[in-house]
Amino acid sequence: MDLNPSEEQQQLIDTFTAFYTKECPIERVRGAEPSGHDADLWARLRAMGALDMAVDEQSGGWGGSLLDLALVAELHGRHLGPAPLIEGQVAVRLLARAGGSAATEALSRALTDGRFTTVALHPPSHGALALVPAGAIADEVVFFQGDRLMSLEIADQARPVSNLGSMPVADIAIDASAVELLSGPRTGLLFEQARDEWLALMANALVGIGSRSIELGVEYAKERHAFGVPIGSFQAVAHGLANAATAVDGGQLIAREAAWAADEDAARAPQLAAHSCGFCSDAAREASYRSLHYHGGYGFMLEFDIQLYFRRAKAWPALFGEPSAMYARGAAGRLSMSRTDG
Amino acid sequence: MDFRLGERSDAFRDEARRFLDEHLTTDVRERMHTTGVHHNWDFHKARAEQGLLAPGWPEEFGGQGRDALEVLAFAEEFQSAGAPTYGVGTTLMVANIIRHVGTEEQQRLILPQALSGEIIIVLGFTEPESGSDVAAAQTRAVRDGDQWIINGQKMFTTNAQEADYVFLLARTNPELPKHKGLTTFLVPLRQPGVEIQPVFTLSGERTNLTFYSDVRVDDSLRIGEVDGGWHVMTVSLTFERSGPQGGDSLRLLHAMEQWAMASVDEEGRPRSEDPAVQARLGRAAAENEVAILLARRCAWIQNSGGLPGVEGSMAKLFASEALTRQSADFVDMLGPDGVRGDADPTAIAGGIAEYALRFAMGTTIYGGTSEVQRNIIAQRGLGLPRPS
Repeated sequence: MDLNPSEEQQQLIDTFTAFYTKECPIERVRGAEPSGHDADLWARLRAMGALDMAVDEQSGGWGGSLLDLALVAELHGRHLGPAPLIEGQVAVRLLARAGGSAATEALSRALTDGRFTTVALHPPSHGALALVPAGAIADEVVFFQGDRLMSLEIADQARPVSNLGSMPVADIAIDASAVELLSGPRTGLLFEQARDEWLALMANALVGIGSRSIELGVEYAKERHAFGVPIGSFQAVAHGLANAATAVDGGQLIAREAAWAADEDAARAPQLAAHSCGFCSDAAREASYRSLHYHGGYGFMLEFDIQLYFRRAKAWPALFGEPSAMYARGAAGRLSMSRTDG
Repeated sequence: MDFRLGERSDAFRDEARRFLDEHLTTDVRERMHTTGVHHNWDFHKARAEQGLLAPGWPEEFGGQGRDALEVLAFAEEFQSAGAPTYGVGTTLMVANIIRHVGTEEQQRLILPQALSGEIIIVLGFTEPESGSDVAAAQTRAVRDGDQWIINGQKMFTTNAQEADYVFLLARTNPELPKHKGLTTFLVPLRQPGVEIQPVFTLSGERTNLTFYSDVRVDDSLRIGEVDGGWHVMTVSLTFERSGPQGGDSLRLLHAMEQWAMASVDEEGRPRSEDPAVQARLGRAAAENEVAILLARRCAWIQNSGGLPGVEGSMAKLFASEALTRQSADFVDMLGPDGVRGDADPTAIAGGIAEYALRFAMGTTIYGGTSEVQRNIIAQRGLGLPRPS
């Protein structure tokens, strides 16, 4: 066991830490509200290779592992990056795996400067894709319908939805212009794998949201005095933060394990992806909720940063579903595995 | 980054499984269940004979010089199998203290007997009037020539009826501030003046209240300096917080998964396909993975030459609170049948959820309560100020 990042991984962390610290201060996050998209920040992230790293050399990328992406995702969450990093990475990986001429052409469009391709996390219902991540700013959306992987060029079918997490999401009506990228029994598995990757990366982003939330709460609890003492000396405050810090520490372990397992423990990877995202959703919620509450009335004010974390902690993972849905997804996988074993 | 424990740990885990297959018999389990004693001499001695009592200790002491992750892999198997380990746990903890702060004579006398499985040592910290506030102990030790005379009471002296010694925290100087007037002794239990009164607990485990009336202990069995007991305790409390986590939860989850796969609801649908059942099972599985990882992180830190302090508190806090939550959740999941007792033949999965609901409450208390762990995490981990 080695919980330390490798030298290369540490370099990656250092590089992106420096990037986010310089390019994504909290003022920039506020500046991107309410749309939740900062085109300039995204262009800079792309120039850093944040999208190219997600696919292998043959597809024109760098061949980063899911764990590499996860380490960046944690920083993205910590800085509340207003850019479509995770959905963009998941989309290009899905297209690269799909293969075939249509998907390969879609991949090359997705990697073209100035264009953006996203992925819908759920199949369409009543002819529309609901709450597509980055759907409000994407040029193209890849989605799964029946047993087919489809693509839709977005012209005026997208309706941006204002939302809790200041995310550039949109409801997208599917019209006759949608084209098939791939069909057949393998397609469903590819889509589920893409969803697992989104869950694992989101888990890591939530670790970033959770750990920064705790830092904000701890800083405040040390400085703010009530009844003549710092409020952090009250157990009613300290214990809530201690519980949340424990959950976030544990969340970081399982989120990184989930990303690691994608390459190193294929049998357990799907359940770890789902379980880590459920767990980290709960942990980030707990951390941001406690931290906001201990800010007292200031936590309720828009001027204080903790509300930015509090809203995203709930909203980001909700695009997939509630934590229970993630837990159930992981359990269904575990149960089918033990049926096969037995 | 690598989340595998490594080949040596995997192989040693297999060895643990082989040992358990052979020695954790129905009879051993049955006796634990009926007596409430989580120590079994045959099991204990078989373990010692195979050199498996203290695998992390150096070979010169009868150990195998295993690293912290190997020892953890081994201990995880024992915990998730529900093997009797309380006796060996306290014995090794005290042996470790003697190895670090004991005299050469004490080491010669105690360590060979403890590590060969001949004796067990139990803990005498808690008193009727002091638990988490360990340093408030009132049991008195008064010097009498080369001996000390002990008077007082100790609470939760688990396995005292099986043990040769109690590692006792006593007040030697009531004039000094409470942390400074304490001394630790290794008190022989089989002597006049020691009275052991059984105490039965919510989980069916037997513990004891022990009374000491003019009990004598040689000064040669004093551990550490006179009035230096708090220093010795700081060492020992660190040991108590490391170790495997999540094993009891794994056993519970496994039984609940089996139930979900084998039973159907009122409409004849398999429970395992009910999303509400899946959500409960999945949340428990996620928490168990986290509990195991938090404990493994401690062993990894030890292997890297560090001392897990806050990390140990997090592992203990998380695992015990998770078991508490899950056991109640699973009793709910089973519906009214969840209350059928573990002694009743109609109980589901041997009544493991109902048992765990009771058992879990102990785990949030012994070895440092959840509140004590949260104080450690808040103050040492997060740097929050101490209460004034």
